[in-house]
Amino acid sequence: MVQTDREQSNASPDGRPDSEQPQWHQDFPIDWPQDHYIARRDFTKFLVLTSFAFTVGQFWIVVQNFFRARRGQLPLQFIARVDDVRVGSVLNFTYPDKHDQCALLRLDQQSFAAFSRQCTHLSCSVVPEPDKRRFYCPCHEGAFDLATGSPVAGPPRRPLARIKLEFKQDAIYATGVELRTL
Amino acid sequence: MRKRFTRDQKMTIVYGILCIVLILVILQFWLLAATMNAYLGGDQAIILPAAVASLVCFALNAGLLWYLHGIERS
Repeated sequence: MVQTDREQSNASPDGRPDSEQPQWHQDFPIDWPQDHYIARRDFTKFLVLTSFAFTVGQFWIVVQNFFRARRGQLPLQFIARVDDVRVGSVLNFTYPDKHDQCALLRLDQQSFAAFSRQCTHLSCSVVPEPDKRRFYCPCHEGAFDLATGSPVAGPPRRPLARIKLEFKQDAIYATGVELRTL
Repeated sequence: MRKRFTRDQKMTIVYGILCIVLILVILQFWLLAATMNAYLGGDQAIILPAAVASLVCFALNAGLLWYLHGIERS
């Protein structure tokens, strides 16, 4: 085995005999098997470091989820009166913060729906297009169904967040945000 | 006392460990992407089990690396 190792360490990776090798190679021979071994061992080390980074990422999500759960119930917020929204029209509002754009839709005489206007792909603001029955994201040509918020075109895979509505007499209130995967 | 390995045997071992670690890292990547999707979609049920599974994968990877260092020391 020692003999084999010596032969391997003398052999050049291009397979040519020693006599055809440049002078520097004869002066400074490289132990190629050892070199290959160390390269693969170091690549394994790098992969284990990557594995550690993924694990940290997983626990970062756990921590974020913990803080999100602690935020608790979102506030009740008046949006509009029922009569203020015509059938087939869209009313923009903000909920729960003043920077969170949302849209309230009146689908027919009896039914309403409200969605966050934040695209689920890369958080661009989607534009309601009632005439085409869709929300359109101009950033990457994404589109969502107007009535359900489900993705119908482009890169988004998750539906728009639904805003929970509550009706008190003839007033419409937002009571929470429902994130969805399907 | 640890068994001493020849260079050829060490090379085979490092290839085997590299393959296993690579598969586990790909699994962890998929797990992270799926968990992020679930988190952004408001699905909380999957988050903690996925983190534990990822930790197990990392422990396996670290153990294999530890073994690799062990056979070098011998």
